[in-house]
Amino acid sequence: MTDQRSQAEIVRQSLKRRYRKERRFRLYGMTAIVIALASLFILFADIIGKGYTGFIKTTITLEVTLDSEAMYLDDPTDADQRSMADFNAPIINALSDLIPGVENRAAQRELSRLVGSYGASQIRDMLRANPELLNTTQTMTFLAHDRVSVYVKHADNPNYSIRLSEQQQAWVDELVEKGVIETSFNDVLFSSGDSREPSNAGILGAVVGSLLTMVVTLVIAFPVGVAAAIYLEEFAPQNRFTDFIEVNINNLAAVPSIIFGLLGLAVFIGLFGMPRSVPVVGGLVLALMTLPTIIISSRAAIKSVPPSIREAAEGIGASKMQVVLHHVLPLAMPGMLTGSIIGMAQALGETAPLLLIGMVAFIVEIPDGFFSSATVLPVQVYLWATSAEQGFIELASAGIMILLTFLISMNALAIWLRKRLERRW
Amino acid sequence: MKLKAALASVALAGSIAAVSTPAMARDTINIVGSSTVYPFATVVAERFGRNTDFPTPKLESTGSGGGLKLFCDGIGTQYADITNASRRMKTSEFENCQANGVKDIVEVRIGSDGIVIASGNDAPELNLSLQQLFLALAKDVPNPDGGDNLVANPYEKWSDISSDLPNIEISVMGPPPTSGTRDAFVEIAMEGGCKKYDWIKSMGKSEMRGVCHNLREDGAFIEAGENDNLIVQRLIRDNGTYGVFGFSFFDENRGQLQVAEIDGVAPSQDTIGDDSYPVARSMFFYVKKAHVDVVPGIQEYVSEFTSEGAWGDNGYLVDVGLIPNPRNVRIQAAKDAQALKTMTGNEL
Repeated sequence: MTDQRSQAEIVRQSLKRRYRKERRFRLYGMTAIVIALASLFILFADIIGKGYTGFIKTTITLEVTLDSEAMYLDDPTDADQRSMADFNAPIINALSDLIPGVENRAAQRELSRLVGSYGASQIRDMLRANPELLNTTQTMTFLAHDRVSVYVKHADNPNYSIRLSEQQQAWVDELVEKGVIETSFNDVLFSSGDSREPSNAGILGAVVGSLLTMVVTLVIAFPVGVAAAIYLEEFAPQNRFTDFIEVNINNLAAVPSIIFGLLGLAVFIGLFGMPRSVPVVGGLVLALMTLPTIIISSRAAIKSVPPSIREAAEGIGASKMQVVLHHVLPLAMPGMLTGSIIGMAQALGETAPLLLIGMVAFIVEIPDGFFSSATVLPVQVYLWATSAEQGFIELASAGIMILLTFLISMNALAIWLRKRLERRW
Repeated sequence: MKLKAALASVALAGSIAAVSTPAMARDTINIVGSSTVYPFATVVAERFGRNTDFPTPKLESTGSGGGLKLFCDGIGTQYADITNASRRMKTSEFENCQANGVKDIVEVRIGSDGIVIASGNDAPELNLSLQQLFLALAKDVPNPDGGDNLVANPYEKWSDISSDLPNIEISVMGPPPTSGTRDAFVEIAMEGGCKKYDWIKSMGKSEMRGVCHNLREDGAFIEAGENDNLIVQRLIRDNGTYGVFGFSFFDENRGQLQVAEIDGVAPSQDTIGDDSYPVARSMFFYVKKAHVDVVPGIQEYVSEFTSEGAWGDNGYLVDVGLIPNPRNVRIQAAKDAQALKTMTGNEL
């Protein structure tokens, strides 16, 4: 009796300590989550705080008189005349009309620099397409020079240095007041390729490049990965050789991605003589990189199909292949898809292997096929983040936001597929 | 299933073989090379693409050495057409080119770029001589007690080198060894300061390089990545740290940075252009002549780059920080480039 009581006593005494220990343990877990959430929040706040201005463009709307004498141009359809013509003149004249008293050439030059360097080519391209507009007055909207844009958006921000002269700042203030300089949604960002001028730089080229690359990756990695998983899980004999393969697949999943880039450089470009910087090579390299992830997740999905279903199918006389194709594969498909999408999301954010096969490059043209030069989203962000011009600071963050949107939607798709298609037993 | 897998692998191998037919026709110019020339070349490429009917050239920033290697790999559309370099081609590289069949190469000297030592606006001003710079950053320095021997660098503060330098710890961020900026910094600034000692100057070439080209590894010299933006951000935040990078980068961030004078000369367009600022280098690009009529637009790209509107005193490259060559040099260079005058190898 006494013995029993003392045992209960011991338990009761230690109970408090054990509860405390448990509370502490839970607290550790919660702290970890709070730290993780806080870092995520800081990261997002920083990126969004820096990047939202990237979605705003600064424009200058002018009444330009397309005077043939001022431009030295009689016939806009003549290529020789076009190459000698001065398409800046209408812009300078229009700005001088708005700001009287700018007479000497140096000041006019300063004034014309408020409009980005694409202004003149905009006039040229318009006249080339519509020669009848010569000697008329048109209302045209130009993108402001990067420095003007930075001044308008970030005049008080210590992270940006204003590179306009005092005189230019006064002009910009005046033009803003007159409503000539306005800010609006930056559609250029979504409709053009890269540029060295932040105002004209867009992400469309990188988005298309990423899509082309991902298509190649998916077409190669998914069927090969699923086939490998089915063979290893359902048909392969258990012997040293298959053990060896299994160990190697697991190891491959942990190989640093740059190694796959080296492999791509040596094999696809060196041996097969494929061109540099093209989505096909990028897609092949990323397919090799995602293959282990897809194989491992597909095998896990196949393993989780209950043996009872397999046995039932076999019991009514289905062949091995019928069991796999009619029962195991459909039930394992949601898991396989989830794994593949996560693998693809990983591949979408990858830059290191692409560096070696030449996809880290300045490419202005929007890629139009699997064999045209292209770059991808994270590379575009990297290129902008390393450029000197002030306007690229916000564009880099805006690029990250676009990349994150893609990644989050891919993960959301994975979750939705799992919820939608998964069956529970 | 085995059969299917076998069929699939055969199909895959077939498709790889099908796309691997080499020497596909290409209509976009491929340019590789120096990250220092990259900002200038990309601006030219973009203008060229916009103002002509040719597609915009593709530019990869691979570093000067990497670019010359890709360039010299051979003739054919899978190889690069033009490479940029922030230093002149070496004789060994020229020979490599020749050995791989790249016989006719056109060399174009674009202009100059200075290397500056800059800091945040609140840091103490620095006014150095090349010799002091060498003493501050070399791994081994001549014995401060006199004598012609080397000791491990004992200087911890700038004021240890000379009392008129600031009384703060030496902390300099610079580019990694893969960078052309680093090569030029070591070859021009470090070697220049090092050779002020007669006994080092009289050494053999390789021995002298061993002494002059080694940077400190004790933490006073910090190797930053190739990302000059990160260096600038560190400098703004961290007073007392100085950074080494190209003049064009300083020019773009002028408001937030101040720059050190070297041998009494502050870097500017003028002082780098007339060579009075001691740490400046020339930039080049090289054109593969055999590709000129194969890939459309190369001749026109060269003309655009060498036009007065681009690399002249008021050209658009000056806006991005290029320091133009003197006008007479430029005009001759433009003539030679547009006539595609090839190198003989003797000029190197």
